[in-house]
Amino acid sequence: MNLYLPIAEMSVNWLVIIGLGAGVGFLSGMFGVGGGFLTTPLLIFYGIPPAIAVASAATQITGSSVSGALAYWRRGGVDVPMGLVLTAGGIAGAGLGSVAFAWLKTLGQIDVTINIIYVLFLGIVGGLMLREALGAVRKARAGVAGKGRLHPHQPWLAALPWRVRFYKSGLYISPLAPFALGLLVGILTVIMGVGGGFIIVPAMIYLLGMSTGVVVGTSLFNIVFVTAATTLLHSVESQSVDIVLAMLLLVGGVVGAQFGVRAAQTLPPERLRLFLALIVVAVAIRLAIGLTWRPAELFTVYGPT
Amino acid sequence: MRPLILVLAWALCVGAAPIRLITDISQRRIDIVYTFRGAELLVFGAIQYPRGSVPDEPPGLAIVVRGPPVPITVRKKARVAGIWVNTDSVRFETAPGFYAVATSAPIRSLVDERTAAIYEIGVSNLQLSPASGNARAQTSEFEQGLVALRRRTGLYAEHEGDVGVTQNVLYRARIAIPSAVPVGDYTAEIFLIRRGKVIAHSATPISIDKSGFERWVYVFSRQYALLYGLVAVALALLAGWLAGLVVRRT
Repeated sequence: MNLYLPIAEMSVNWLVIIGLGAGVGFLSGMFGVGGGFLTTPLLIFYGIPPAIAVASAATQITGSSVSGALAYWRRGGVDVPMGLVLTAGGIAGAGLGSVAFAWLKTLGQIDVTINIIYVLFLGIVGGLMLREALGAVRKARAGVAGKGRLHPHQPWLAALPWRVRFYKSGLYISPLAPFALGLLVGILTVIMGVGGGFIIVPAMIYLLGMSTGVVVGTSLFNIVFVTAATTLLHSVESQSVDIVLAMLLLVGGVVGAQFGVRAAQTLPPERLRLFLALIVVAVAIRLAIGLTWRPAELFTVYGPT
Repeated sequence: MRPLILVLAWALCVGAAPIRLITDISQRRIDIVYTFRGAELLVFGAIQYPRGSVPDEPPGLAIVVRGPPVPITVRKKARVAGIWVNTDSVRFETAPGFYAVATSAPIRSLVDERTAAIYEIGVSNLQLSPASGNARAQTSEFEQGLVALRRRTGLYAEHEGDVGVTQNVLYRARIAIPSAVPVGDYTAEIFLIRRGKVIAHSATPISIDKSGFERWVYVFSRQYALLYGLVAVALALLAGWLAGLVVRRT
């Protein structure tokens, strides 16, 4: 059951890795999130070096998202112009992120930075989602149709120049807003090894006010391209993409994603959002504990560089 | 056992003047392939005494297997505003990636301190060459931290009393190589020790390297980084697309 990873330079149990990929892939298809926010911490808990975990998780997300993205594409669930704007921002962000990644690595602060960013983002996003989802579940239980405003009015958003119509999203906004969103997420993709769906999806719904039918498909579309660019950057810059690790995660991930897409169609959406919120908050708490409790190993060795 | 008997026969037939150590290793080359889970080296050999006069007292032996020295940085975490972050660091210029010693008796009773330091017998006697600029107390704290960390992961090991000696002539020891071992040129050194001093010494090279598919992937990722990235993306997309087709059909 053991397999030696050529880039990570360690022996792992391949069944565990495939199982991990399958579990995360299921969530990926279900929620339209890449699932990297789970893959990366789980790989690190397993003992994979953080830099390898981050880079290989990005590669895995490309593969596990493509089948989901295609499934949404066939159903017309992708707003292509919106997706392209997000992706342009994402690739620019990935470039910035890889510069920051290299710099933090020389300082020896990359691991702790990865953890802090995880706790901050997952905590904030998870908390907000949890509050919203609990409200929606309560409303559904009371028998009130959860309406919610279709276009939440953001004055600063309306003030941005060069407004464009995004028909499928039902929006007339400046492309600068989704570009900036893509940029932010691109930075996170490189540093955290996440697709960023857990930020993009809520931001598209609550900040931009996109029609929910195209949110998940467009997010997956963006994730495929930005994680592919991230894989290239990591391959060249940090040389930490373990192709064997990524493929193991994929084998589980792609199958899991398909079942996730199906499960999403049978479950009530407000329940779905509650589950996702709970998972995000749980991961944030686990990572926060890791940061604040006295670590088992006080000393860390950094290789020949 | 056959190699041992041959070595013994040869050792008894040939009588030369100084004491010599004749050594062999079960594997001169360790290939890291996809099934690699670590390895166990059997280091064995014979002591060749002048004119075949075997002493009555058992010989003192230390067997050291070590990897190439590498410059590393050791960082220590400390609590800053409630969060554990890396603060201080010490650089070591010659920390071996792997070091294991097996001895026929406890190290303290086997060698005197000076000899142990000169021949680097025992993990506390490794010459790690810390970079100057740090306080001595801090340097030694980091040395101990490094050694303790690597002992827990099996990269540094001490097996006191684990060298087996037969009829005061033949010796053997097993050295465990963990799966996380760094690649490179290793040596197995055998020291014959009497009254705290080294009286004979032999060294045998061992090479540990990736082989087959593992080696190919590694070399590809270093020499053609961009192409490697493109292949990784293409494989990911292909696997994702194919799996999607398979699952939809079923």
